Amino acid sequence: MKLIYEKSQPGRRASTVARPDGLPDAHVPEELRRKNPPRLPEVPEFELMRHFTELSTRNFGVDTGFYPLGSCTMKYNPRINERLAALPGFAALHPLQEESGAQGALELMWRLQEILMEVTGLDAVSLQPAAGSQGELTGLMLIRAYFESKGESEHRRKVVVPDTAHGTNPASVTMTGYEMTHVKTDARGNIDVEDLRAKVDENTAALMLTNPSTLGLFDENIEEIERIFHGAGALMYYDGANLNAVCGISRPGDMGFDVVHINLHKTFSQPHGGGGPGGGPIAVRDILEPFLPVPAVVRKDDGSFGLDFDRPQTIGKVRAFTGPFGVFVSSYAYLRMWGDRLREMSEAAVLNANYVLARLKDAYDLEFDRLCMHEFVLSARTMKKEHGCTALDVAKRLMDYNFHPPTIYFPLIVPEALMIEPTESETKETLDAFCEAMLAIAREAAAEPELLKEAPHDRPVKRLDEVRAAKNPVVKYGFEGHPGQPHAATAAAVDEAPQGA
Amino acid sequence: MTRAHPFLGLTDSDREEMLATIGVASVEELFRDIPQGVRLQRELDLEPALSEQEVFAHLAELAAHNVPASQELSFLGAGIYDHYVPAVVDAVMQRGEFLTAYTPYQPEMSQGVLQAIFEYQTAICELTGMDVSNASGYDGTTVAADACFVAKHATGRAKIVITEATNPQVRQVVKTYAPGFGLEIVEVPHRDGVTDPADVARAAEDAAAVIFQQPNFFGCLEAAPDLAAAAADAGALGIVHADPLSLGVLEAPGRYGAAIAIGEGQAAGNFPSYGGPHYGFLAARQDFIRRMPGRIVGETLDAAGERGYVLTLQTREQHIRREKATSNITTNQTLLALGGLVYLTWLGPQGIRELGETCLSLSAYAKQQLVERAGLELVFSNQTTFKEFAVRVGRNARDVVAAARERGVHPGYALGRDYEGMDDVLLVAVTERRTPAEIDRLADVLAEVTR
Repeated sequence: MKLIYEKSQPGRRASTVARPDGLPDAHVPEELRRKNPPRLPEVPEFELMRHFTELSTRNFGVDTGFYPLGSCTMKYNPRINERLAALPGFAALHPLQEESGAQGALELMWRLQEILMEVTGLDAVSLQPAAGSQGELTGLMLIRAYFESKGESEHRRKVVVPDTAHGTNPASVTMTGYEMTHVKTDARGNIDVEDLRAKVDENTAALMLTNPSTLGLFDENIEEIERIFHGAGALMYYDGANLNAVCGISRPGDMGFDVVHINLHKTFSQPHGGGGPGGGPIAVRDILEPFLPVPAVVRKDDGSFGLDFDRPQTIGKVRAFTGPFGVFVSSYAYLRMWGDRLREMSEAAVLNANYVLARLKDAYDLEFDRLCMHEFVLSARTMKKEHGCTALDVAKRLMDYNFHPPTIYFPLIVPEALMIEPTESETKETLDAFCEAMLAIAREAAAEPELLKEAPHDRPVKRLDEVRAAKNPVVKYGFEGHPGQPHAATAAAVDEAPQGA
Repeated sequence: MTRAHPFLGLTDSDREEMLATIGVASVEELFRDIPQGVRLQRELDLEPALSEQEVFAHLAELAAHNVPASQELSFLGAGIYDHYVPAVVDAVMQRGEFLTAYTPYQPEMSQGVLQAIFEYQTAICELTGMDVSNASGYDGTTVAADACFVAKHATGRAKIVITEATNPQVRQVVKTYAPGFGLEIVEVPHRDGVTDPADVARAAEDAAAVIFQQPNFFGCLEAAPDLAAAAADAGALGIVHADPLSLGVLEAPGRYGAAIAIGEGQAAGNFPSYGGPHYGFLAARQDFIRRMPGRIVGETLDAAGERGYVLTLQTREQHIRREKATSNITTNQTLLALGGLVYLTWLGPQGIRELGETCLSLSAYAKQQLVERAGLELVFSNQTTFKEFAVRVGRNARDVVAAARERGVHPGYALGRDYEGMDDVLLVAVTERRTPAEIDRLADVLAEVTR
């Protein structure tokens, strides 16, 4: 399919821009004026719509079909979210509007904070972080500020992260200037408590833990882990990526965690948008509240709502304004539609996952044979050994059955991992069809392995060469110089050819 | 019988069959690995579930308690702008195939969004004059922190210079990130609304980077080529925080020696939405391609030799490099960046130049009217401005805002909120959505409330 730049012709356009007459001339010094125009596409409006509509048909979302991408919680995104976020009272509201002109937005955020406190079992919330990984970063900054206030930041330099963790955890540790301590997983898929005990001391600042873990397993020793960390004066960070498993069942605050981030785009139905926007609010125990980012969204004594910038111990700001407000609209609406029934969401997610696990565990390897929570990890280890088909091949073959593949090769401790998270929002018919496909693929691996190796067969492209992409990166359209497109340049005359390329 | 819920799909008989297949007697039993001591021994204390109709009514009422730009005549800017968002942007962003997909880990299922990001990266490179753009950052503040991380590792230096005329929120976010990055932040004051290149030259010694904004937070045009040169002469990276919609008229940062161009994308295709979600853009010279934070899409070939798109250079990223990654970013702002691409495609090269010229002329007219009609004084009358400018209102600007709002006009941002000695200064933004008649009304209202 052509790029929009390859459909461009000089003189075409989709926009009409206001050009009022009779206004004064605005002078811009010549040395600051642009010399060559940016080569943006030149297309009429209908070509624009057709181009992006065609692109959308080459994409697969939850609206298209089953999307069991482990640890990403690809649940249904209610359409009411979109209608509400687009209301002019929300969408056209400027973030620097005076408080008196933003009471509805402030109240919505305050109410969302209250719900998140109840769901996490913690004492205060900041909605500011833009995504889960920024929530992690913010949480670690709070922990650092807390130890600074106690005069312990010089020696408390270590953050403990299990080997099953999302890659964001260690990356966040580095970005906050902490040092990583790795801890192993035991034979049941829990944190290896003996390994942990040996590594936690007065130099430990915190644990970062996902519970249930990326193996989809709830850590059975969580109470002991809590005693080890708090006993050493360290704090506990909860990566909320897997919160969908435990809403209304077990709260991070009750497990002993001091700070939690919540992925609004996973657990609370903000659409993932092809890779964002997300929302990564953090909830904290009262000891960390003084350090939260500013401004805080507060309800005042007179019942009105406002922004409080007067937090002398704040870490500062991690993002502009109060956070991605449109995401809050979606998640707040979603949470109100569940209300006091929220537990049923997690129960269905866990039931669905265990059902699919039960149907598939004989056809694939299962590293840790336990009941799972909202997701589970299979392995194609035996399939690879016996038939030469890998987790990647299974993933690509699933596309031929019109399912989005699971997460693969993660967590790192399971070879040939297939990480499957069905979420709560599926019918049994869909789950059965997926199981049938997975079982058929296991049979095909033995009988006709090339069906897997050559997959996908009927997507817009065949298997793509990722090594080639990384070796000689082509990361933008090169116009007349674009590889394999000698006649592509029509948008700009060569003598105008500007920057870069 | 279990009550149905619109977001659940199992019947009672489905549940029974599924539990039998699993080999447990109840859903409760599925949670047996959770120690009793950490279980919630009660129901969640939340209000009863609402129907869609009820939730719509509730949120519509909350929305009605806000005063958006559609309900008052607004000249509020200061980083977020009321530019027109055409209908095609909504139409594309609402396609479920884009809206409900995730990060394109499986490229054969995701060619639509991958190609769109590739086209977005191209548009950002064209606008900024850079060689490589990432797939977006969270917003215009966090991309500044990302750029500092690049600069630190590219230069091995630990000082960041940032001009005082850069958006205060950008500065605050950079300062919040700095301790973790091991960076020291030095601010360079403005002189009469702009930054003196000689000040930058002095501060830039031993610095990893110099961050400045063009047009700056006061709306004034900096001597950007001179500032970039002052940074480069000291061996520091010049990082320009640019308004994307100024780049049809103003020179591209890559053309005057900047190393990295960043900015807030909201003006180009996103609604203000009380501060987000929006997209931040980050583009750099080729030298920094392997230090870039965030996702990058690259072109490649498939097994049949056909062109296709994939996430690339992933060895920079957290899921591969873990604690050695160039950033921890995972989820970015793809949908908003897609909106940006659609918007920039809608504008085209002529449109973006005309839009810039319109903003220039309308704000020139507004300056003229506020001086001549309202009798106010421009704070930086020697400077060239783009779409925003500072005006002295003779009394506390926050009181002026309140008084003007009572007359249905939001006259701008009170700069005293961020700058000492500017309690009587308003920052007024004029986009193409304002008409000369509306500007006349602003002048009349300001004349009235400042008298």
